[in-house]
Amino acid sequence: MKTPENSFEQSVRAISRMMGLIFVMFLFIGGGLVYLMIDPTLSAFQSKPEETLIAIAPPEEDDFDKIENGIHLRTGFVEGEGLMTVVNNCTNCHSAKLVTQNRMDSEGWRKTIKWMQETQNLWDLGKNEDIIVDYLATYYAPGKKGRRQNLANIEWYVLED
Amino acid sequence: MNRRKFVQNSGLGAMAALLGTEIVFGNTLPKGYIPLGLQDPDPFKMFDKNPEMLVLNDKPWNIESLAHLLDDRVTPNRSMFIRNNGIIPQEIDLATWTLTFDGESVRGKKSYTLADLKSRFSQHTYQLTIECGGNGRSEFNPPAKGNQWSVGAVHSAEWTGVRLRDVLEDVGITSDAVYIGFHAADTHLSGDPKKEPISRGFPIAKAMQDETLLAFQMNGKDIPLAHGYPLRLVAGGWPASTSGKWLTGISVRDKVHDGPKMTGTSYRVPCLPVAPGTEVADEDMCIIESMPVKSLITYPKTGATLSQGKSLSFRGHAWAGELEVTRMEYSIDFGSNWKECTLEAPANRLAWQHFSGETRFPQKGYYEVWVRATDSRGNAQPMVLPGWNPKGYLNNACHRIAVKVS
Repeated sequence: MKTPENSFEQSVRAISRMMGLIFVMFLFIGGGLVYLMIDPTLSAFQSKPEETLIAIAPPEEDDFDKIENGIHLRTGFVEGEGLMTVVNNCTNCHSAKLVTQNRMDSEGWRKTIKWMQETQNLWDLGKNEDIIVDYLATYYAPGKKGRRQNLANIEWYVLED
Repeated sequence: MNRRKFVQNSGLGAMAALLGTEIVFGNTLPKGYIPLGLQDPDPFKMFDKNPEMLVLNDKPWNIESLAHLLDDRVTPNRSMFIRNNGIIPQEIDLATWTLTFDGESVRGKKSYTLADLKSRFSQHTYQLTIECGGNGRSEFNPPAKGNQWSVGAVHSAEWTGVRLRDVLEDVGITSDAVYIGFHAADTHLSGDPKKEPISRGFPIAKAMQDETLLAFQMNGKDIPLAHGYPLRLVAGGWPASTSGKWLTGISVRDKVHDGPKMTGTSYRVPCLPVAPGTEVADEDMCIIESMPVKSLITYPKTGATLSQGKSLSFRGHAWAGELEVTRMEYSIDFGSNWKECTLEAPANRLAWQHFSGETRFPQKGYYEVWVRATDSRGNAQPMVLPGWNPKGYLNNACHRIAVKVS
């Protein structure tokens, strides 16, 4: 027989079932959203991508800023204090090669930065300017060359007739 | 996310957007294939260059040749240096490409399509020597800022096109014309579309020379992209930077052109000689015009060893900007004694000239073969570095190769 207590109990049970269902649904949706954040392309549900046909595939970079034998591999800059500040500010527009093939003292590097700011859209470097100039003037300083150097790096070979 | 994964995860449209151009036959691309433009670029393949050449800079592209790669009488594309100031244009449509003349000293603004230029004006072919103003910069002391060229930033190819003079006459220029300045389709490294990477030029007198061309062919074929396809201004004997690539416009000016790399210290040297390392004010710097007398031994390659008693045949090219080379000498004793080389006349004015010689070595040991060209005004190449200048231009010190006799 349906008593008020029974009907109350039934209502409570129905509500708690509904709450449970809603909780499970939220759990499911929430879990799904978290998964989408981790794997937005749902790659786990797709078959493996086919092998890339490129002949010389660039190796998967395990470390984008790897340094080997004192050289920052990605740019060719020598390792030293301020390296990453230089990488982050000086390789956006031009190649690192434009820096590493040049030799200047701090005044020269500072002037070059000023010239790039005045004419080439280089941004204000703020506190980083001193870090950059110190790095460059330390590792890319001019050597003494004289008026004419000896011929160097000669690869000797036998000249056939 | 690294680039490879990104490419894998994106569709053809995204690849096309990255390349800045439509991928024709994109639907037939093999799945997983990465278009050449997105691969880590092999510049030698991309530009069809000899892999022995030296990449000085990859953004922008600056690639230097070597003396022994320049042995051909007419330089093929494979051995030609690349000097770019900006980014090579991506989209080139021959049908809509125009060359527009404007500036203070034209009667009216006027544009020509490539078809107009080819059909309305007579065509001419010249072999023209083009040398980068900074060729040899790497030797200066104190060092000069910029790409550190050694000896290979020079070439002498055959260029076919119409005379700038003929087109200027068709445009109509006023008597106050002083200078022309070029405009081009390359883009600035900063990505700023309002900035021109380089816009140089030369005085009207140079523009009016027979050999100053609006060229659409190099060595009998379309100009390679890296050398200015589809249209290049070619001014033989002057700094290569005056031979504007990817030409879209010419301004006829009533004053010295003031585009990027015309002003300040760019392509300028001190008007009066200075001691090495001197700071020179902008107003005391003068624009480089004709390049100086110079020569290159292109055979044999430096480092030759030969046995005693054998003679050595050597050869190369010599050039002198606007002038002709009138004398060519060599020395095997570090400049103590000079002997004459055989020197040929140029194929035409502003083409380099070929020289050759044969020598024997008195005993075993280390030698250097030095060569020295003299121009029609009696200027000879110096043995040591010529006058120092802040930007390291015009190094025409004599070329040397090392030889061992055993």
